[in-house]
Amino acid sequence: MVLNDLIQIKERELASRKKYVLRCCMAAGCMSSNAQSLKDELEKAVAAAGLKDEVEVRGVGCLKLCCQGPLVQADPAEILYERVKPEDAAAIVAALKGGQAKVSQGDLNHPFFTRQMSIVLANSGIVDPERIDSYIAADGYLALRNALREMEPKEVTDTIVRSGLRGRGGAGFPTGLKWGTVAKSTGTKKYVICNADEGDPGAFMDRSVLESDPHAVLEGMALAAYAVGADQGYIYVRAEYPLAISRLQTAIKQAKQYGLLGSGVFESPFNLTIDLRLGAGAFVCGEETALMASVEGKRGTPRPRPPFPAEKGLWNCPTLINNVETFANVPAIVRNGAEWFAGIGTEKSKGTKVFALAGKIKNTGLIEVPMGTKLRDIVEDMGGGAPDGGTIKAVQTGGPSGGCIPAGSLDTPVDYESLSKLGSIMGSGGMIVMDQATDMVDVARFFMEFCMDESCGKCVPCRAGTAQMHHLLSKIVARKATAEDLAKLEELCDMVKHTSLCGLGQTAPNPVMSTLRFFRGEYTERLQPDTLGRPGTESAVPAGSRAT
Amino acid sequence: MPLSLPKDRTKRVAAVMEHASGDKRFKILETHMKRHQYKADALIEVLHKAQELFGFLDNDLLLFVAYRLKLPPSRVYGVATFYHFFTLKPHGKHTCVVCMGTACYVKGADRVLAAVQDKAKIRPGETTPDKSVSLLIARCIGACGLAPAAVYDGTINARQTPESALQQLKGWLTNGSE
Amino acid sequence: MCAKTLTIDGNEVSAADDATILDAATEAGIKIPTLCHLEGVYDIGACRLCLVEAVGIPKLLPACTTKVVEGMNVRTDTERIRKYRRINLELLFAERNHVCSVCVSNNHCELQTLAYNHGMDHVRYDYLFPKWAVDTTHPRYGMDHNRCILCTRCVRVCWHVEGAGTLNTAGRGARSQIIADLIQPWGEADSCTSCGKCVMACPTGALFQRGATVGEMEHDREKLEFIITAREKKQWIP
Ligand SMILES: Cc1cc2nc3c(=O)[nH]c(=O)nc-3n(C[C@H](O)[C@H](O)[C@H](O)COP(=O)(O)O)c2cc1C
Ligand code: SF4
Ligand code: SF4
Ligand code: FES
Ligand code: FES
Repeated sequence: MVLNDLIQIKERELASRKKYVLRCCMAAGCMSSNAQSLKDELEKAVAAAGLKDEVEVRGVGCLKLCCQGPLVQADPAEILYERVKPEDAAAIVAALKGGQAKVSQGDLNHPFFTRQMSIVLANSGIVDPERIDSYIAADGYLALRNALREMEPKEVTDTIVRSGLRGRGGAGFPTGLKWGTVAKSTGTKKYVICNADEGDPGAFMDRSVLESDPHAVLEGMALAAYAVGADQGYIYVRAEYPLAISRLQTAIKQAKQYGLLGSGVFESPFNLTIDLRLGAGAFVCGEETALMASVEGKRGTPRPRPPFPAEKGLWNCPTLINNVETFANVPAIVRNGAEWFAGIGTEKSKGTKVFALAGKIKNTGLIEVPMGTKLRDIVEDMGGGAPDGGTIKAVQTGGPSGGCIPAGSLDTPVDYESLSKLGSIMGSGGMIVMDQATDMVDVARFFMEFCMDESCGKCVPCRAGTAQMHHLLSKIVARKATAEDLAKLEELCDMVKHTSLCGLGQTAPNPVMSTLRFFRGEYTERLQPDTLGRPGTESAVPAGSRAT
Repeated sequence: MPLSLPKDRTKRVAAVMEHASGDKRFKILETHMKRHQYKADALIEVLHKAQELFGFLDNDLLLFVAYRLKLPPSRVYGVATFYHFFTLKPHGKHTCVVCMGTACYVKGADRVLAAVQDKAKIRPGETTPDKSVSLLIARCIGACGLAPAAVYDGTINARQTPESALQQLKGWLTNGSE
Repeated sequence: MCAKTLTIDGNEVSAADDATILDAATEAGIKIPTLCHLEGVYDIGACRLCLVEAVGIPKLLPACTTKVVEGMNVRTDTERIRKYRRINLELLFAERNHVCSVCVSNNHCELQTLAYNHGMDHVRYDYLFPKWAVDTTHPRYGMDHNRCILCTRCVRVCWHVEGAGTLNTAGRGARSQIIADLIQPWGEADSCTSCGKCVMACPTGALFQRGATVGEMEHDREKLEFIITAREKKQWIP
């Protein structure tokens, strides 16, 4: 494979495009509402109408408005059909050449679509994730070719540094800096790992990226491997994502056939093998040291850092580990230049961020917005506010490691620093909207239960602390707790946060602390008088003043 | 013969191997291990395959894997029980998975779960005594837009209510002991 | 080997290049409380009792796994650290069923001693009273899960000193437990060489000696062969 081959594939692919295209969402959300048989019916309807030469029925990745699935978009008319049933197929095909199909249509001019800015999801809903040619037609693998043939590894790293890209897996660590460290680490064998464990319950961005555009992730990994000098990559993906797994397997196979993975890629000395590793239902394996233990076939327990994976990772070799979305940004950055990317977003948070918008909100689905977009714009304009005349009470970001941002702070811009100032985090991109009916103490208890279940059990503060905090929260929810219990809870939050071994324990108290900060009243109103008859409201009862 | 083990163990391993030799699934598993060159780091991959073939991981199966990958049985057991995806007990005839991810939870998944629990009289992770239904919970199945979601025998169902869940259970349970 | 100098609780201390803070402190006669640390096996930084403060570093550092850095200024006994340690110990007591007065290890238990030393005379948290069993199937030793703090000292000596690989941690989170082989009763776990190292390693009364036993003088040749193969060939089943 050389540049010319890429160009030829692209031209061949574009030349074979038909006049009309029906893009059927084949990502997990729509697949769960029968998208496969819908696509089959559409194909039959096209054949029946004798339009096979004019109409292409293309399976694509996520079309974003998941709550209205299954979705079909008709081009070039740009009509988005919603909640399509297999019976609607003939009508949709008939309407291609004018006329109206009696199928509910989405408003593509709604802010939900118009305010999006696609970098990571640029190909989502457009290319066929199961055909590499479709990706190449969208300039796929061009960045890899240019890097391998025209750039030094260091230049690739420098490009990422200058772009200002930060990790999308949660912590927001500068990606270029990490690459530079791995590149500088000495060792004959190095690894790159793509973290596709997506553990946040209520987040499905990474899954959508993998299902919609798997080659972008592979290309990003290849660029990273070239930059740091690795020749083996692993993608650690949750076993709960069978569709993403099969699309990745297909993508790897096709890339190998084209010589885009393997040895001597683009006739350069660069070699890369990428293998899949399946997670097995452990949230903690999203933590990088636990993930590496799991790749090595062990119990996924984290270990203290340093040494960091960049120095001692998989089998003690220098290892680069990045999130799916981080990698998916890379080809576009290398293709369009660091300055282009750095021009998007805010001073310290560059580019866009993908969020999975869900919960008590009208439009649920996937959105990608520039960093710095106000939360209000996301939930009210794009999301359409709370359904059924409800009012938004809070927005939860960062999942079990994050916090609840109250409606009063909706004017906060979405960037790493602003969210952490509010006691939440960007996280991987789950955004759950809560309305007036949501009980915040119960939400805190819910997240604590999750952390307790998912604690690996290695270190004491997290293993025993989350259990004890969960017990205290359950007591408060059941109106059996006293002010002293609340004081104990707060003391434990502080202790677990500062003494746990890994990020799971260190962030487990966040949902409690943030709901206490903004919704303290919901806690105190349930407190009972203690055994000495002191009132249930918060009096100055110091914790531990009474022997039990 | 590299060494002799205490009699019981040798007997047990021999029994497992004997049993395995007559079962095609063990052969498939063996091929899978071979592809990974019987490497210890392939343990999780091998367990995935084993569960896919057998439905669950019983002690004989774990012993077989330990024997082939040359690992202490305690290591295999430790790994198999760390990951919730692996199950050491067989599931019932039907499975009901209620998503308890955040999106589903705020939309009332807890009430759906409670209804199922009450009706089937089992808790998550358990199977009814007549082995007709297993109840499981999931942490987000990626259908958050359709919350609350549940998976009945592998099929995702959107926008569940306690009533719709009970409706689903009815057929399963009446065929059973109730 | 070059040495490093650092300050621990105001004392100038020198330490070997690759020493941990715990090594350096121990050598200087400064006691840092530990539970999961065991001389002779590698450290895992799990109990979090040895956390110390270092000036200029916002995070607390586990002394047992943190290597010394030239010029570092360590504080091992600040009020904040003492408070965290105390909570940590209370959490351990409340987690399982530790009833010192009826424990075989009463008065020679590391957990109990640490509690005394930290003035932990009562537990403010509710005891969670999980149900755990006691395994007395082994002719010489017993395992009481109620008293286990999951420090994995037993697992590490079993694997890395004895080389038998009998014990391991199974499950996860608060439901983790120490198992023998395929969760067999310990007495039936035939990889166990009855060396007793785990019992010696256990900081609490979770693993205990069952008085003088009959089997004591029985030399088990097969076991010896097994352990040699296990260690040398990394092969645990023939
Ligand atoms: C408990 C825990 C769970 C995590 N889960 C994930 C995850 O599901 N996906 C992910 O990309 N990063 C996850 N992380 C963050 C990773 O440890 C790591 O920082 C990240 O993969 C680095 O990639 P990035 O720099 O591209 O963000 C998790 C961290 C912790 C502590
Ligand atoms: S903080 Fe929790 S998950 Fe992390 S090592 Fe400790 S017990 Fe395990
Ligand atoms: S049995 Fe003893 S040594 Fe083993 S983990 Fe439990 S407390 Fe530690
Ligand atoms: S939270 Fe239930 S599907 Fe995501
Ligand atoms: S002794 Fe350092 S963490 Fe346990």
